[in-house]
Amino acid sequence: MKTFAMGGIHPEENKISTSAAIEQMPLPKQVVVLMNQHLGAPATPVVAKGDKVKVGQLIGKAEAFMCANVHSPVSGTVNKVDVCKDPFGMAKPAIYIDVEGDEWEESIDRRPEIKRECNLEPKQIVDKLKEMGIVGLGGATFPAHIKYSIPEGKKAEYLIINAVECEPYLTSDHRVMLEHAEEICIGISILRKALGVPNAYVGIENNKPDCIAKMRETATKFEGIIVEPLKMKYPQGAEKQLINAITGRKVPSGKLPIDVGCVVSNVGTTFAVYEAVQKNKPLIENILTVTGKHLPSQHNYQVRIGISYADIIKQAMGELPATTGKVISGGPMMGKAMCNLDAPTVKGASSVLVIDEDEATRARETACIRCGKCMQACPMGLEPYLFSSLVRNGRIEEAGEHNILDCIECGCCFFSCPANKPLLDEIRLGKNKMRAILAAKKK
Amino acid sequence: METNFFLLAVLVLGVTGAVFAVVLYFVAQKFKVEEDPLIDKIAEVLPGANCGGCGKAGCRAMAEAFVKQGDMEGLSCPAGGPAVAAKVAELLGCAAGDAAPKVAVVRCNGSCANAPAKNRYDGLQSCAFAASLYTGESACSFGCLGLGDCVRSCSFNGITIDPETGLPNINYDICVGCGGCVKSCPRNVLELRNRGVKDRRVYVACRNTEKGGVARKACSAACIGCGKCEKECPFGAIKVENNLAYIDFNLCKSCRKCEQACPTGAIHAVNFPPRPARAPEAAAPAPAAPAAPAPNQEA
Repeated sequence: MKTFAMGGIHPEENKISTSAAIEQMPLPKQVVVLMNQHLGAPATPVVAKGDKVKVGQLIGKAEAFMCANVHSPVSGTVNKVDVCKDPFGMAKPAIYIDVEGDEWEESIDRRPEIKRECNLEPKQIVDKLKEMGIVGLGGATFPAHIKYSIPEGKKAEYLIINAVECEPYLTSDHRVMLEHAEEICIGISILRKALGVPNAYVGIENNKPDCIAKMRETATKFEGIIVEPLKMKYPQGAEKQLINAITGRKVPSGKLPIDVGCVVSNVGTTFAVYEAVQKNKPLIENILTVTGKHLPSQHNYQVRIGISYADIIKQAMGELPATTGKVISGGPMMGKAMCNLDAPTVKGASSVLVIDEDEATRARETACIRCGKCMQACPMGLEPYLFSSLVRNGRIEEAGEHNILDCIECGCCFFSCPANKPLLDEIRLGKNKMRAILAAKKK
Repeated sequence: METNFFLLAVLVLGVTGAVFAVVLYFVAQKFKVEEDPLIDKIAEVLPGANCGGCGKAGCRAMAEAFVKQGDMEGLSCPAGGPAVAAKVAELLGCAAGDAAPKVAVVRCNGSCANAPAKNRYDGLQSCAFAASLYTGESACSFGCLGLGDCVRSCSFNGITIDPETGLPNINYDICVGCGGCVKSCPRNVLELRNRGVKDRRVYVACRNTEKGGVARKACSAACIGCGKCEKECPFGAIKVENNLAYIDFNLCKSCRKCEQACPTGAIHAVNFPPRPARAPEAAAPAPAAPAAPAPNQEA
């Protein structure tokens, strides 16, 4: 069975919410839609206070190149166009909408039947993705229309669908595959057509045998979809690692997947693509896992964007347990602890993970013993211990020479360090400083 | 036999040494780099801390800049102050610049009491890193993070973090106004301001540009941009922009009217003698009460 060549770790799986079917999150009284829900520049609001909006109506228009449209997730009246604090306390431009009923745009096909045929040309598909504000739902929220517009002189050979879900705890992709396998396969066919590649490879780790079986069974009805079971190893879901696992190719330092002929999309994105292209439904919903070892029940929710984390927690468990140490958006390895739960969810939010206090605190840092475990664990072949000392001593450019910018921030080094050194923190700081140096040099 | 070897070794080494000495002498003469001896003299006068406060790479680079320019226009050594400036002026044979001495001030009043912690941070002890992650332990995303990047940046060991307030404490006997800490602060909380007559300074100890209500919710001593100080100032030294007041230290005459007018105690006036007792009817509306309990960072 395939897996990527270098490094990697095996954290405890903790996929305890696998059996919880996807439930619909009820609508709150008010939602707040942030204008930058994607990588790049924020969208420009096109509604004003007092405007009536319907579900799926365009409310934020993409004007910059690296930007995506934002649509209203609810129907109601625009309360105000202001700023709102994101989960990390930083103020971002946002539109507040008071919810009234649930009235959808007429153009959206809400019938439950699955629509299989797609007669659009590749160019039209990409335009549709742009119009519907589709972004990558694997975590980076990269605007899909840019990813699927292959630059001049480059050619896509492989379409790789990322159904690895290697982060512990997360089960949203797992549930989507079980419940919407056919829609996903249609979505994959659409993306395959947009790129003009013969085959699409769906990478699934072997800890999800039910998904592998379900996807294999569904894929037989479609042309050119190959399900590829992968040996479990974190961070297999990282783009470069997944390309390496499936094709054996290595993305060189500073290059993009398309440079080795690969395009990678998350399995959640393919479902959104199906809904956008076949059903005319913009990206206004996420599948979100609400999980934690100490919670009374585990959930997978279909959540409209703009519903606050506090509302989700209230629906899932009433109140946070008294012993809660951290509430994390995303998985335990790459997710970020939130400090403002009143903040709204955004496109690409994949989970609310509640961690108990005793697990949330970091262990005391001791001295590096040069054991090299961080180097063995690093899936990019970097030297985290070296970055740590270089960054601490302000030798940022030297760290840059050792390719600090190649770090994918998977956290394997920090996870494996017996001295509990905050390696990833130091590398992130070093990357920030290195980027600033490069930006200054460009000027 | 042994003596011969010994003598031979001494002879060979002595002769080669002499030959190389002669060669080196002529090479040194031929490829001599002409350098103004004044550079060495000025470099000797400069403090030699290489703090970078002048904007040059170090003291030697500053000495070269002085000699190249020939006068002190636009160049000043903040670490050396007027004493060094006078010496350099004497060596250069020009008038000493009259740059007002500067010091760093902490423009944040988000002490543990004023802006209580809403979460706990246990990551890397670096302000630059914490600032890249989130707002910080208090809810104010403009204030001091208290993780000590400025402490580590100070070439003169003049800054400590006050354990009680969680804010930097600048030792003004040491601070030379080189601006190292100002550059290190990711939140721009530190600012270089005129040292002031008798070390007296008036400044807004806040950087929060959010709307008054939001700012006040995060920190009880935040500037809410109400504009009272702007109206009160007889010299037009105060401007409120983006919900934040700023006192121009070149126009400020240290009358302290703004300090009294400020409803949140965001304006600090330091090193002033206590206010004289007022007539009872005037004292009633606005005594210096709001500012008094605010922790004085000037120590």
